Formats: sequence, C-alpha cells, structure tokens
Amino acid sequence: MPGAIHAEGLVKEFGKVTAVAGVDLDVPEGQVLGLLGPNGAGKTTTVRLLTTLLRPTSGTATVAGHDVVRSPEKVRRAIGLSGQFAAVDDRLTGRENLRMVGELYGMRSRAARDRTSELLDQFDLNGAADRRSSTYSGGMRRRLDLAAALVVRPSVMFLDEPSAGLDPGSRLMLWEAIEKLAAEGTTLLLTTQYLEEADRLADNIAVVDRGQVIARGTPGQLKAQTGNQSIEMTVRDVARIEDATSLLLRFGKAKPTVDGDSGRLSVAVDGGANLLSEVIHELAATGIEIDDIGLRRPTLDEVFLSLTGGTPANSDEEKR
Amino acid sequence: MTVAVAPEPTAQDVLAAGGTLKSLRDTWVITKRNTLRMMRIPEALLLGMAQPVVFVLLFAYIFAGTFTVPGGGGSMAYREYMMPGFFAQTVAFVTAGNSSIGMANDIQRGMVDRFRSLPISRAALLNGRAAADIVQNCLVIVVMVICAVVVGWRIHRGLGHAILGFLLLLVLGYALSWVGVLIGMAVRTPEAAGSGNFLWLFPLTFLSNAFVTPSTLPAVLRFAAEWNPISATIQACRNQFGNPSLMQTHTFPMLHPALVSLLWSVGIAVICRTLAVRKYSSVGA
Ligand SMILES: Nc1ncnc2c1ncn2[C@@H]1O[C@H](COP(=O)(O)OP(=O)(O)OP(=O)(O)O)[C@@H](O)[C@H]1O
Ligand SMILES: [Mg+2]
Repeated sequence: MPGAIHAEGLVKEFGKVTAVAGVDLDVPEGQVLGLLGPNGAGKTTTVRLLTTLLRPTSGTATVAGHDVVRSPEKVRRAIGLSGQFAAVDDRLTGRENLRMVGELYGMRSRAARDRTSELLDQFDLNGAADRRSSTYSGGMRRRLDLAAALVVRPSVMFLDEPSAGLDPGSRLMLWEAIEKLAAEGTTLLLTTQYLEEADRLADNIAVVDRGQVIARGTPGQLKAQTGNQSIEMTVRDVARIEDATSLLLRFGKAKPTVDGDSGRLSVAVDGGANLLSEVIHELAATGIEIDDIGLRRPTLDEVFLSLTGGTPANSDEEKR
Repeated sequence: MTVAVAPEPTAQDVLAAGGTLKSLRDTWVITKRNTLRMMRIPEALLLGMAQPVVFVLLFAYIFAGTFTVPGGGGSMAYREYMMPGFFAQTVAFVTAGNSSIGMANDIQRGMVDRFRSLPISRAALLNGRAAADIVQNCLVIVVMVICAVVVGWRIHRGLGHAILGFLLLLVLGYALSWVGVLIGMAVRTPEAAGSGNFLWLFPLTFLSNAFVTPSTLPAVLRFAAEWNPISATIQACRNQFGNPSLMQTHTFPMLHPALVSLLWSVGIAVICRTLAVRKYSSVGA
C-alpha cells in the first residue's frame, strides 16, 4: 500500500531548467521524511508539486491517497503547508491572519476564533496578536506561518525549511511541536538545511541534488554508508605520540593521522564501543596518559558534503 | 509554544467543502480581507482619491472657461459635460490599479500559494478581489460625486436615472477589475503592474468622449473613440444624469450607449474572468 506521500518519477521543468528530475518518494503514514539538499536542489519545487501548487511535467504523486493532479481539492483538504517564505498577510494582524485561514478551511466563525486564540498561545504570539504582522520580526512571522499551517489538523504536513530564521529557543520549540505532531500520527515532509534538525526529527532522509534523490535511508544508515567511525584521542605527553601511533595502528583500519603539535591522533575503525574500551585498556597497560578519547561517528554534515560533493552554498551557480 | 493538536473538526464546526455555500463564504472571507487591507493604509486610499479630485478642480476652474459647449451654458455646461468623463476615468484607474497591483502583490508575497494550498474554490480568491474593488468603487464614486456637486455638477432627470448611470459605472469597474487581475497575474510584480496600467488606461480613457468630441478626430481614431466601452458608458451616464452631451454623430454606440456599455462590460468580464480563473491554476508555475 502506498504511503501517505507517494511520488513516482516526478519531473518538473521550467523552460530549460529541470528543477525536479525524476523523484521517487514514499512516506508511510505517521512518518517524518527529511528532504535534504544544497540550494537549488529542487526541494521547494518538490514540495510545491506535492502540495498542488505546481503541475508536474511528468510523473505521478499521491498525498493522503489522492492524486495531486486529478484531485487537487481533496489533497488540499488533507494537507497543511508552511512554505519556505512565510506567507502571511502583512496588513492583517496575527489574529486576523489565523482566523481567515480557519474560515477558509471551512470552520465556523466561532470555531475559527477559538482555534486562533489557542494557536496564538501555543506559538507565543499573544503579545503581538493584535498588531499588524508587518511589524513582526522574521521569526515571529515564521511562527505565525507555522500556526496557519496547523489551524486544522492536517493529516499530511509539509514544512519547507521551517526553522530558517528562528532563534535557538524558537527552533527547539518548533522541534518539540513537530515531534508532537509526528507522535500523534501526522505524516510530515520537511526540508531543511540544518542536518542536525533532520538527524533529530526525521525517521528517514532523502538527499536531493540536481533534482534527483541521490541517497536515502535513516540518519544512522546514511552515516554508516558514507563515513567510517573513528577513534580520536589526545595524548597528554607529546613525547609518547610515537607509542600511541603504533598502538592505534594495531586497532585501526588505516594509518592513523597524527598531529605532533597538539598530540591529537585519529584512526578509522570498524568496531564500536568494545574496540574503544580495548584501546583504553591497552593505553593504560602501556602507561600512555591521555587527555581525551572518544569514538566518533561521522556527522550528517560530512555525509551531506561527501554525497553532494561540495559546499551547500553557491552550488546552484556551478551546475547550470 | 507547546502545540496542542486541533480537535478533529466536527461537522458542526466546518462547512461542507466544495459546496456553493462554502464557495460563497470563501469569496466573502477574501473580500473582507481585501477591504481590510485597503482600510489599513488610509493614506493610500485618500491620496488615490485626492488625485482625481485635483483633476476635477483643475478642469473646472482652469480649463472649463476655455471650452464652449454648443447650446450655451458657458463654463458651467462644460463642467456638467466633463463630470461623467471623470467618473468613468477614475473608476477605470482606481479599479484596474487596485486589482492588478493587489494581485501581483499577493503572488509576490506568496499569499497566492497560501490560498491555493487551502481547500477553497479556485475562483474565490479572484472573486474576492473583484468584489473588494466594487466596495472601493462605491467609495470612489461617493467622493467624486461630492466633489462634482461642489464644482456645480447636477443631475437633471431624477434619482432613478442617476442610479442607473452609477450602476453602469460600477459594472464597468467590475469588468476592468478582471482585466487588472489578468495583468497582475501576467506581470507578477506590483511595480510592473503599476506602470503597465498606464499603457492601456491612458489610451482607453483619453481616446474617448470624456473630454473632447470624437467628431473632431481623424476617421480611424473617431471610430475607436466611438466604440470605446468608456465612451459608451460616459454617454450613457450623460443621458441618465441629464448632462449635456456633444455627440453629434449618429453611430450605434452613441445612439444606444447604455446597451453598448453593458454589453462591453459583460463581455470583458466574462472573457477576462474565464482567462483569469484558468491562469490562476498555474500562476506561480
Ligand atoms: N518558477 C521557476 N522558474 C524557473 N526556474 C525555477 C523556478 N522555480 C525554481 N526554479 C529553479 O529550479 C531549481 C530548484 O529550485 P528549488 O527552489 O526547488 O530549490 P531548493 O532545493 O528549494 O533550494 P533552496 O535550498 O535554495 O531553497 C533552481 O535551479 C531554481 O532556479
Ligand atoms: Mg527551497
């Protein structure tokens, strides 16, 4: 059975530019998919295709069981969207914005009013609720936009870079909100540049580049797929660095990298925590004192960079 | 910011989606929103209306003396002659400007995306735009009438006829607001929409019988001026208000101006609305 979001061979061309070049996605109900990719990879376009804002050039997609081309109205009834750029009416107050969205979802005035107050509370916007949203800070506008996407309980939620421009506190609150939504069974697709965010929130990640999914899997799988684990340590006495290097050589898969000045060593390894404790044991047995030692898994950043082959910034220019 | 999930909406809370009732209400909600937006910048509203008022005063006190209306009456007759022209011109400029800039603004700021991701009928956003323009046009007409009365304009055939004249102006405004919607969707930025309007509004309003008699124009221009929807509306208004009219030609639109005005307005509205609703589905694409 296809998931709550299901796309096959999705393609979108804008004139000569192919923004999305054959994307397949499947997000089972209640799961969170993180869409990662450098600027211009086609994330926003994919979201716009799935939320019926754009018609695919070819390929098919269903959201909540409805075809995005054949029954866009049904799709719209099931989804919530917070786009990459907050879409709130700058001349209306926060409260008026939310009430309008509620009424457009078909809520009766009273229900829309009640839900609006709830959301203003929840998104910490009470103090500014009756001010025009043009006076809001970027983060406040973003929160208002997210609140608008949550006016009715969507069964599938699309968030395009939801935490862009939020301060750490707001970001944390947003994450909690997203986790709660997911826990309550909402299917989520979120795009993000913050790999940390995908790591924390997403059940599965799809890495997109140049309009195609170039890798997918759980955050753990992706990390395992690319980087190796490594043991990193710092010896207290730099004079013992030779001894430490030859010791690590026995455990590592490759030659350790050594920084003679700081006394830092690092070696790629296959084993996990057991191996680490063996190394620590050996070090103690040979009397090499260490300041710091740890098993390091690659970060998603490293995975991301190695997959997309470059810095996320300004890759848009290079490829076209 | 702990997010509680919205209670599952019950049938009582929510209007059935897809129905006529829902679609009417959507239009109403958007109309309210657009009207509110207009009221939120009263400076813009007032300045927008001050401009035609200044024009009327300039014409009434500076130019009126230099024109003569056959049949006598001097500058007073010219003032009565020119007012319907100002009414039509102002309605055209205000509505077309409003709808094209408003539409472009909504596209540029992502509001169209927001609305299009909501379960509302395709036409509701556009209908709400046009409906808000009607509200603004009523306001504009009231201001213009006050100003006209101050400079000496009067109606001479009773209120009933006058109302008919104003209705024709409103219907024309409605039609032009769909032209504006189309332009706004085509150019996508408020700046372009603003300057683009001058390209068609100036010829449309000046190549008419607003301030001069088409009979003095070369044949081609005269034909255009006589068949211009603005001319028909102005002529019809002059008839309904009992204001002097200089039309000496006996062409069909000038003999049946109300009918021609209405046909034009309905035709323009139907065509532009159809195109706009179709374009709306793919706008932003
Ligand atoms: N309406 C459009 N017309 C022409 N090209 C477009 C249009 N929308 C997007 N593109 C192009 O399609 C490509 C993908 O854009 P998209 O916005 O989907 O990227 P993204 O992954 O969301 O990037 P970012 O991280 O910067 O938001 C880009 O090269 C962009 O220039
Ligand atoms: Mg994007």
